[in-house]
Amino acid sequence: AMELPPGHFSAARAAAVAVGYLRYLRGGPGRGLELRALRRARRQDIDDVGHKYYLELELEDVLDKDRTVNCTAEVLYHLGSQTTAPDVQVTVQGELRSTEEADKEFYNRIRSLEKELVAENIPDSHGNVPPELEPIHLLAWVASGYVIWQNSTENTKFHLAQVKHVKQVKRSDEDLQFDYVVLLHEMVSQEVMPWEVTVLWHPGRGARVSRHRRSPRECLS
Amino acid sequence: HQVLRIKTKNEEEVKQLQLLESLEHLQLDFWINPSAHALPVDVRIPAVSVQSVKAFLESQGIEYSILIEDLQDVLDKEKQDMAESAQRQRSSSFDFGAYHTLDDINEELDHLASEYSFVEKIQIGESYEKRPLYVLKFSTGGTNRPAIWLDAGIHSREWVTQASALWIANKIASDYGTDASVTSLLDKMDLFLLPVANPDGFVYTHTSNRMWRKTRSKIPGSVCIGVDPNRNWDAGFGGPGASKNPCSDSYHGPSANSEVEVKSVVDFIKNHGNFKAFLTLHSYSQLLMYPYGYKCTRPDDYAELESLGRAAASSIRSLYGTTFQVGTICKTIYQASGGSIDWSYDNGIKYSFAFELRDTGNYGFLLPASQIVPAAKETWLGLKKIMEHVLNKSS
Repeated sequence: AMELPPGHFSAARAAAVAVGYLRYLRGGPGRGLELRALRRARRQDIDDVGHKYYLELELEDVLDKDRTVNCTAEVLYHLGSQTTAPDVQVTVQGELRSTEEADKEFYNRIRSLEKELVAENIPDSHGNVPPELEPIHLLAWVASGYVIWQNSTENTKFHLAQVKHVKQVKRSDEDLQFDYVVLLHEMVSQEVMPWEVTVLWHPGRGARVSRHRRSPRECLS
Repeated sequence: HQVLRIKTKNEEEVKQLQLLESLEHLQLDFWINPSAHALPVDVRIPAVSVQSVKAFLESQGIEYSILIEDLQDVLDKEKQDMAESAQRQRSSSFDFGAYHTLDDINEELDHLASEYSFVEKIQIGESYEKRPLYVLKFSTGGTNRPAIWLDAGIHSREWVTQASALWIANKIASDYGTDASVTSLLDKMDLFLLPVANPDGFVYTHTSNRMWRKTRSKIPGSVCIGVDPNRNWDAGFGGPGASKNPCSDSYHGPSANSEVEVKSVVDFIKNHGNFKAFLTLHSYSQLLMYPYGYKCTRPDDYAELESLGRAAASSIRSLYGTTFQVGTICKTIYQASGGSIDWSYDNGIKYSFAFELRDTGNYGFLLPASQIVPAAKETWLGLKKIMEHVLNKSS
């Protein structure tokens, strides 16, 4: 495997995939993980398979900013495939702050709403997120993390630009369901594109994306 | 002068007032004329006539009250109030820690130009939709001194850049004379700052689509609008890293310099002929880059630019620990043709740098306003480092 300078774009792109995957796996309304620093990156070209990146990342929980968490990740982009998601493995060193309390509180709050939650433009144009919508914002990171992981290639770098719209859908089972329309910013093409993502979440079980698709292209002037 | 309010009880009294009205030598100024007895009559009475008018009213048993005891007092106070209000507006109530509209930004440019003798607002052209392209010129004298160019907001959705440019303009203006570095810089060099390089796009991000990046020009033969102004410069134009598709956010345009926003800057810089540095602000990603973007080979001045870039990134980091990656555009972000700093570098302006400001993707373009001033402050340290070096090298 060959060493990459951390400033090289291919390392940054692989790191973004790893973070997306990790947010999907470990994120929730009470936990938002962000990349503090990419410490080290190596790349290995595997014949007939693809390109594998070995990363050492330093992460931060936005709700626990006083400390950082180290993790290692492996991101394998499959050769020639634009349709298969990269294989990602992440190992977090140490414990992440517990979200049991926050999760329960959020769960109960949403379940007790008379009318289903609806919100838009999170953050707003000025970057504001009302405090009561922060868990919805963090859940969007989970949802978009999944989409980013599933749709990344070595030639893309996605970030969540904004939650355009979110609607809660009441369910007969115990899960919470949120239908999101998120705007994803793709750095290489510079496009900002809308994606529809449905997220199911439960305090004990974490998040699952049950449905996702890129919104049909409107004629944006 | 006094102003009286007269309450007439009947038609007879109204007739009396009308009689009074006809006596021109009294020079009465009726603010509400006597007409129907149910309505009050307001009249301004010159000082000399006050006593006689009051005597007349009293003799007729006509009721009145004093509305304004001394009109001059009132006028004096009003004048003072207005002066104070104007004073308050002038002494920068501009909130640098908030996002502003184009009109507000232009107003602040006027304010800076009027407050500092060495700051001048000039117009270098017009946008596609005919909005003026305003540049602040910082010059303490000389004729066509070696100059530094700084622009922001060429991509309209990158709001932290226009906002930071305003803070930086104010910082430079207020630091001249007190900060050694800024003072020695402006004593020898001029600075030209274009805070809103793409005003049409900027307005569009306020009115219609916060995520708009490009200009707002009509593209012949397409329903889509706008060209990526940072793919439109004459540097590897049309090469890899720019799109031929007019609907794309990285569309390079029908030809190099097709966008008036780009052409205006090109013409200005060429006509000036003495620019030593070309610096441009973008967001987001926290990067400090130098040429090239259109090709993946190193520029001739690679060693010096890399070293200077690292020094600038170090200065940036010293304030809040914010890390910027340093490198060529091609290695750091992607291959991209038609970019501004490639053009400036290939046209003899050695110190060409592009900054990508905060953050690294958590808020992206929607950076909270609370981060504007920290971002501007740290960026300024990086810019200053570069400018100091440029000054050293040109003396």
